[in-house]
Amino acid sequence: MDLIFEKSVPGKKLTILPECDVPEVEFDPAFCRSKKLNLPEVSETEISRHYSRLADRSHGVNDGFYPLGSCTMKYNPKVNEDAAGLDELTDIHPLQPVSSVQGWLEIFDTAEKYLREITGMDAVSFQPAAGAHGEFTGIQLIKAYHTANNDTKRNKIIVPDSAHGTNPASGSMCGYEVVSVPSSEEGGIDLEQLAAAVGDDTAGLMLTNPNTLGIFDRNILKITEIIHNAGGLCYYDGANLNAVMGIVRPGDMGFDVMHMNLHKTFSTPHGGGGPGSGPVACKDFLAGFLPGIRIGKTDAGKYDIEAAPDTIGSVGLFYGNALVVVKALSYLLTLGREGVPEAAKNAVLNANYMKAKLEKVYTVPYDKGCMHEFVISAVDIKKETGITALDIAKSLIDYGIHPPTIYFPLIVHEALMFEPTETETREELDKAVEVLLKIHEEAYSNPDKLHSAPHNAVIGRPDEVTAARKPVVRFDFGAEE
Amino acid sequence: MNFPGELKYSKSHEWVKMIDDTTALVGLTDFAQQELGDLVFINLPEEGDEFDADEVFADVESVKAVSDVLLPAAGTIAEINEELLDEPQQINSDPYGAWLVKVEGITGFAELMDADAYEAYIETVEE
Repeated sequence: MDLIFEKSVPGKKLTILPECDVPEVEFDPAFCRSKKLNLPEVSETEISRHYSRLADRSHGVNDGFYPLGSCTMKYNPKVNEDAAGLDELTDIHPLQPVSSVQGWLEIFDTAEKYLREITGMDAVSFQPAAGAHGEFTGIQLIKAYHTANNDTKRNKIIVPDSAHGTNPASGSMCGYEVVSVPSSEEGGIDLEQLAAAVGDDTAGLMLTNPNTLGIFDRNILKITEIIHNAGGLCYYDGANLNAVMGIVRPGDMGFDVMHMNLHKTFSTPHGGGGPGSGPVACKDFLAGFLPGIRIGKTDAGKYDIEAAPDTIGSVGLFYGNALVVVKALSYLLTLGREGVPEAAKNAVLNANYMKAKLEKVYTVPYDKGCMHEFVISAVDIKKETGITALDIAKSLIDYGIHPPTIYFPLIVHEALMFEPTETETREELDKAVEVLLKIHEEAYSNPDKLHSAPHNAVIGRPDEVTAARKPVVRFDFGAEE
Repeated sequence: MNFPGELKYSKSHEWVKMIDDTTALVGLTDFAQQELGDLVFINLPEEGDEFDADEVFADVESVKAVSDVLLPAAGTIAEINEELLDEPQQINSDPYGAWLVKVEGITGFAELMDADAYEAYIETVEE
């Protein structure tokens, strides 16, 4: 379909601006652009249809099952949007006097209190805008801590081989050398290899628990102890917090600093620009380094703001994506103390339910139960039929199901990683299982159909190779007028 | 899959072609390129860089993932195959022609196999 710019016809208008009700001002021409803006000129009907068509072509949680592993694509309750849409929360500026935003500060303070309780941490910064941003911030805190202790020989971050790709990237972006430690046969960290990898150059460890295989590492207290004994700190990647929220706390597992993804675990929109929010939580001894604005109370009981004493500086704007925090708080208030752990338990139950039904025909490596997600390997199917994890994923599109995460974690070949979340009903799970069993059968009876899937989507298989080698990331307007 | 008899192979799927006693070309095997899928980027070291055997000297990126490449010989990088920087797909189309680096001053090797042993090794990896 055409881009909105390709629909543009000079002179078409769709807005009738109101009378100007403020005095007009002239800007210094030195700061004004001289070339015209290349804004699309379309009618209101056209623009409305254009975006409706785009919406038709997309697939979100509201369109169907979305079991994208390690992404927690749970339902986004509409009540969250109502709360975040309140005029009192939107018609406001972050530089307003603190006395006039006491309600907003109470929202942050309350959200922080709940998240501290869920994570077992002592302080939270809402500034990071997403997960990897939170990782970067958290590793900066670890770096600031070692630097403050004049312990500058620590130049290595340890990451297990089942980690999210963002973990080594965050360590590397913070100037650390990344050391990968292998997984044990049970899918957890190999303790002997970990002990051999640590030393006085260990700055810290980055870990997801449960990990990307959907396995809760039972040795977690030993793991964090090994790191602490070597003088390093432990970072918890909160990507998989949905499996344990309200049940086990990263702070109690021995972690010192972590991030949460409000757009995963706490039901705020995810994908398509979210926007995300990746608050960083830490223990007291790191709180002095936190970025952005800290909220406290004056003697008179009023909220006040100030920077942390040894802050690493700002990593984003003001309070971060503040309205996302409102949505997450709305979610927490809706679920309450009993609802939060119940959601986690149902997420684990749903994953185990799907896994139990699928492992009758699919191969599940590391098959000793799972937490909120599980990984299938299509290695045997590929060997016997030529059908790959990619073919299976593409085939799901024809049934209105978003493909799972594929080719990840890297330690499982031909991996398909499913995370159903707690917000799917048993009927939806049964339907998805039925589709996956049918696809498995077709891999053997009609592999050609799978090779060329999807058949019902507007776009079949995009040329990912050319897209990566020769990306076209901007529209060419042709010659300037 | 193709395993030329004149080459030596490492467990991490690099091949070594000896030019003389201390100089060799290094590339990725046919099995490696098939497993990686279509390559879209490659990072190569700089000439003059020194590496130990089994040290990471390059990385390759496919549409699936980024993977480290280990140097099967300890030595100094004498030359890199600059064509690959623009056309990493040569590794997919001609894995044994598309050498990554030429290593000189070789002082030792990683554990290497001949073609038959490597072929047998692949069988065990695939299971």
